[in-house]
Amino acid sequence: MTHLSEQQLVALRYDEVEDRSAVEQHLATCEECRGSFERLQKVLAAVEAMPVSPRDADYGRRVWQRIAPRLDERERLDWHGWFSAKRLTLAGAMAVLVLAAFIAGRFWPRQPEPPTATAIPPEVRERILLVAVGEHLDRSQMVLVELVNANPPATGEVDISGEQRRARELVTANRLYRQTAQQAGEAAVASVLDELERVLVEIANSPAEVSTVQLAHLQKRIEAKGILFKVRVIGSEVRGRKPPIPSGAARSSS
Amino acid sequence: MTRMEHGAAQAVEISDAARVAQAQAGDREAFRLLVERHSHTIFGLAYRMTGNEYDADEIVQDTFLRAYRRLDRFEARANFGTWLYRIAVNCSLDLMRKRKTDEQRRVAAPAQGEESDCADAFDQMPTAQPSPDRLALSGEVGRHVAVALAALSPVERAAFELRHFEGLSIEEIGRALGLRESATKNSVFRAVQKLRKALEPLVVRNR
Repeated sequence: MTHLSEQQLVALRYDEVEDRSAVEQHLATCEECRGSFERLQKVLAAVEAMPVSPRDADYGRRVWQRIAPRLDERERLDWHGWFSAKRLTLAGAMAVLVLAAFIAGRFWPRQPEPPTATAIPPEVRERILLVAVGEHLDRSQMVLVELVNANPPATGEVDISGEQRRARELVTANRLYRQTAQQAGEAAVASVLDELERVLVEIANSPAEVSTVQLAHLQKRIEAKGILFKVRVIGSEVRGRKPPIPSGAARSSS
Repeated sequence: MTRMEHGAAQAVEISDAARVAQAQAGDREAFRLLVERHSHTIFGLAYRMTGNEYDADEIVQDTFLRAYRRLDRFEARANFGTWLYRIAVNCSLDLMRKRKTDEQRRVAAPAQGEESDCADAFDQMPTAQPSPDRLALSGEVGRHVAVALAALSPVERAAFELRHFEGLSIEEIGRALGLRESATKNSVFRAVQKLRKALEPLVVRNR
């Protein structure tokens, strides 16, 4: 029998070799192949010995805290879930309410109609959106900067309830802007908003008072992702893109 | 596996099945328990796949979100852990491909229309540089292992992870990665071959 191929040695290691007894017989008599197989085992043992970054016993609970607020969002996107019996009941109830509102509207005295969003020209709408996104990014940036620059005391806990409250408010707006950016094909903006949302959710779900270790973890996460830098870049890009308001349009929308 | 370990594994499985059934009926608390039970294992898989704790954290979250969204497609007879693993591997592959796309865009913005041809090429490319945290955790051999793992393509890495660490059969890996049997075998082989080439001189020298 000629020497064993590398493929046969790998197959032997994973117990997938076709003619096992012949291969084992060859190994018993061939020092060269035995040496190759031992070296392969050593290489794989070294790979196995690679440490995994440790996660404490509370890790599962933290994962849940981070994903719990996002479960509803996913449910809304899931058509299977949408057609579940519970949701159909809810949809039925909503339909009754809408119908009742429609009938009531038919007999209610009419007020003069306020200007609607459709009266606003696209350029102005785009400008409003860009301004809103720019301001949202500024507010998010402030929360992140405050957390990154927070100086923890040597012992005790740090109160981040203010940042947490603001992060919670920003998450909802962020989700809307992200979805809008996705629909508009603004991949770069959507991607940064997606990363920002994950960090904001993590801040929102942190305890109101964090230990110095937890704060350091939060700061490390913000810094490692480079999210602050990305938010700054996208923020300035968005502000630089504001289209001018046509004078006629501005008048008609005011 | 000892009888006690087998009994414990069975107990987890039975209890998983019960929790999944509750979660499928809309019980979030049951899903929370599943998340808390499996987070560490999924993190281990994701960390070995990406070599980066932040990406691994992201994959853990995405895995459970996807699992929640697809709960109604989970069959009661299947093993929840294995099912979750399959989702985690796909989340890892998605993220690794996304990272590479981002990296490519940063290095040289490609002309439009080129991207569609790159999907297969991505699977042949190294995953990434090993992260500083992974390097910091390792000694000299560990550092070389991290570099060698990072040089594997996402598919090679996934196939190797599932074969070597999780002990899945070639057939199961093929199903998880959407590959034919021969392609799965080749991916595992190529991964081992690359690791061997990169590490053998070092491992043999150090022993």
